[in-house]
Amino acid sequence: MTLLEVENLRVKFPTRQGVFEAVRGVSFSLGKERLGIVGESGSGKSMTGRAILRLIRPPGIVEADGIRLEGRNLLDLSETAMRKVRGQKISMVMQDPKFSLNPVMRVGDQIMEAYLLHNRSSKAEARRRAIEMLEAVSIRDPERVLRAYPHEVSGGMGQRIMIAMMLIPDPQILIADEPTSALDVSVQRQVLGIMDRLVKDRGMGLIFISHDLNLVSEFCDRVLIMYAGRVVETCAADKLHEATHPYTRGLLNSLPRLDEPRRHLEVLQRDPAWAEEGGA
Amino acid sequence: MSVALRIEGLDVWFGDGRDRVDAVKEAGFEVATGESFGLVGESGSGKSTILRAITGLARDWSGLIEVEGKRIEGARRDRAFFKTVQMVFQDPYASLHPRHTVDQVLSETLSLHKLGDVDARVVRLLDDVGLGAKFRFRYPHQLSGGQRQRVAIARALAGEPDILLLDEPTSALDVSVQAEILNLLTDLRAEHGLTYLMVSHDLPVIGHMCDRLAVMKDGRIVEVMGVEALRRGEAREDYSRDLLAASVGA
Amino acid sequence: MSDMTLRQWLLTDAPSSRRHARLSSFYKGWLNLRSNTMAMVGLGILVALVLAAIFAPWLAPHDPFAQDLGNRLAPLGTPGHVLGTDSLGRDILSRLIYGSRITLYIVALVALLAPVAGLLVGTVAGYTGGIVDAVLMRITDIFLAFPRLVLALAFVAALGAGIENAVLAISLTAWPPYARIARAETLTIRSADYISAVRLQGAGPIRIITRHIWPLCISSLIVRVTLDMAGIILAAAGLGFLGLGAQPPSPEWGAMISEGRRFILDHWWVATMPGLAIFTVSLAFNLLGDGLRDVLDPKDEGK
Repeated sequence: MTLLEVENLRVKFPTRQGVFEAVRGVSFSLGKERLGIVGESGSGKSMTGRAILRLIRPPGIVEADGIRLEGRNLLDLSETAMRKVRGQKISMVMQDPKFSLNPVMRVGDQIMEAYLLHNRSSKAEARRRAIEMLEAVSIRDPERVLRAYPHEVSGGMGQRIMIAMMLIPDPQILIADEPTSALDVSVQRQVLGIMDRLVKDRGMGLIFISHDLNLVSEFCDRVLIMYAGRVVETCAADKLHEATHPYTRGLLNSLPRLDEPRRHLEVLQRDPAWAEEGGA
Repeated sequence: MSVALRIEGLDVWFGDGRDRVDAVKEAGFEVATGESFGLVGESGSGKSTILRAITGLARDWSGLIEVEGKRIEGARRDRAFFKTVQMVFQDPYASLHPRHTVDQVLSETLSLHKLGDVDARVVRLLDDVGLGAKFRFRYPHQLSGGQRQRVAIARALAGEPDILLLDEPTSALDVSVQAEILNLLTDLRAEHGLTYLMVSHDLPVIGHMCDRLAVMKDGRIVEVMGVEALRRGEAREDYSRDLLAASVGA
Repeated sequence: MSDMTLRQWLLTDAPSSRRHARLSSFYKGWLNLRSNTMAMVGLGILVALVLAAIFAPWLAPHDPFAQDLGNRLAPLGTPGHVLGTDSLGRDILSRLIYGSRITLYIVALVALLAPVAGLLVGTVAGYTGGIVDAVLMRITDIFLAFPRLVLALAFVAALGAGIENAVLAISLTAWPPYARIARAETLTIRSADYISAVRLQGAGPIRIITRHIWPLCISSLIVRVTLDMAGIILAAAGLGFLGLGAQPPSPEWGAMISEGRRFILDHWWVATMPGLAIFTVSLAFNLLGDGLRDVLDPKDEGK
């Protein structure tokens, strides 16, 4: 079943030197699966995630033949209708919890607000749900965390709180933009495990945006590899190491590996043809 | 073999009294001349703080720091120290002055080290780090992250140091750019006979670059091992094993 | 070189010499400023003011000091006196044109004194920290706590009336805010990696402050000075109005208002015309300052 259908998505920014296209004709569909989008900085992967939620600020322009959610084209919706989609249907977890949590509001109030915004219910009910949700992201002492301010929690805890907050309105799709890049490796796995379990239990679709090939190949079902605003290759995540596109191969080979010591790492030779439309 | 850098019983702290935070506790290791030594740990483990104590950027410390046999005291460093030890910072977007061109950065560094023939040296430095003279008059915002880091490396090399302290030099960069920078560092070390002390949270990067490494946790050095042992997965301590498992993705 | 290639040369991302790099970044800033219409209006007015000051002898229809008691208090539009005459029959337009010299003189002097003093105190306090910081900033606080005009009044009263003393008095009261801004900027800059990096090359505090911290503070100070210029012109006019700034018969705008006030009910233009001049120039400085803020703010750099 298809949850989201993106067709020929383009994101443009007018600059003094002409129009810069950050995303150039990206198409994909998302079912109840974990879809990874990998690429280097500037490949347009984050822009793709933001464009789906129409979070690109002017003067940026989003164009597409369609971004369809349940048969509705998101590009046709009014800003008010779009606000309902954000959170209720599609949620987004950003890279650094430090910047996405409001520093002067208690964690509990923020989670409850996220719930009350999309549900008509009492405060007590919202509180009960918030505690449930914090337990679901493996926070052992939810009552205490509810009363805490964002600066009082660690990075990993903060990111779990973000996930709880994003999942409490019960969205169908979660877009996670580098959700673990600011975290230490040991915490990374833990947060990913929690996100994975929740997405699976709830039958959601996940778009996981990351620069980390290994992480994506372990954690996702399907991977889109982006280069210069285009998808150059799509493959099953567990087959990522058999990828054929020279860019994907180059990225994989440029990683240092403990099991294969060598004096020089392989350097990616960029081919201008990769960036051209219809190339690859 | 001579010792480039010796550290014994190093404590580093920030703040005073009740607010005192001990960032490094009882750290000790030796780096031989020409060796590449790695410090691995998660954020807050104190690995970067050791570099800052060596360079005098962290003022409050006690213990022994010896650079090429000379003991260092307090936070002041003399000119000879800066000619011997240089540092490359983590974030190339923050380590170059936004209003200075590459040329200004390098010329100033050369004049601070009292080196003559500035023009020729700037061009040679840029060649050394694989940028070439055409980058000479650019501002940082006209450079990519990898190019900025190359400029930062050129700046560190300008005074012809023996020891290079590398503070997560590639963690802000894309993997393909990381490979280029790591290769550059490998070559520079061979060409100039440099000694590296490299800090990273990324075990494969340390495994690639270093001969020996120390694993740090909560300000303490948990264990020191050779890179061969690391590759074979022969960590003695539980924490190092966990870190290794998390990095390799087992 | 045709126009197009000159433009490309200036907009390049790969400058080929020191001069080229500087010109190119200057040109990009200018393009940014040019796209701000209001700032350009402000700049236009100020350029006109400067031109008026330079070419005053040719522009002014009359001698600003020439009295014609037979033709005193002539209304607007009198033949030969477009803006009328004052109580001594002097041509108001000519006096305004010559007065622009005094205004510019005041503006230039204050702009040279106050921000430089503020920059010096603020960056030294911010970079050094500790006891130096505490002492310098408490002195700043003391100056900030004085009512501006009262301090200037006391100063002028002690040194005697006159333009130079008025400027000194204004500068004396104007520098503390600049010191505050410079200190705040310095505190964020001094812990930046690029400052650590140059320290590791053996650079001393004087070099770091003058070469590395000042260039980054100056842009926000320029913006602030431009925005404050209106207040400075008004303060100078205020001192002139109180008889403590420029002395008669000098055609300083504030002094002109002061003279005109006696006739304000029957001959309103005598006080209004210099008032309008002050208003226009103050507004121009404000507009330009707003535009400069968008161009110079280092936080937007590199985007």
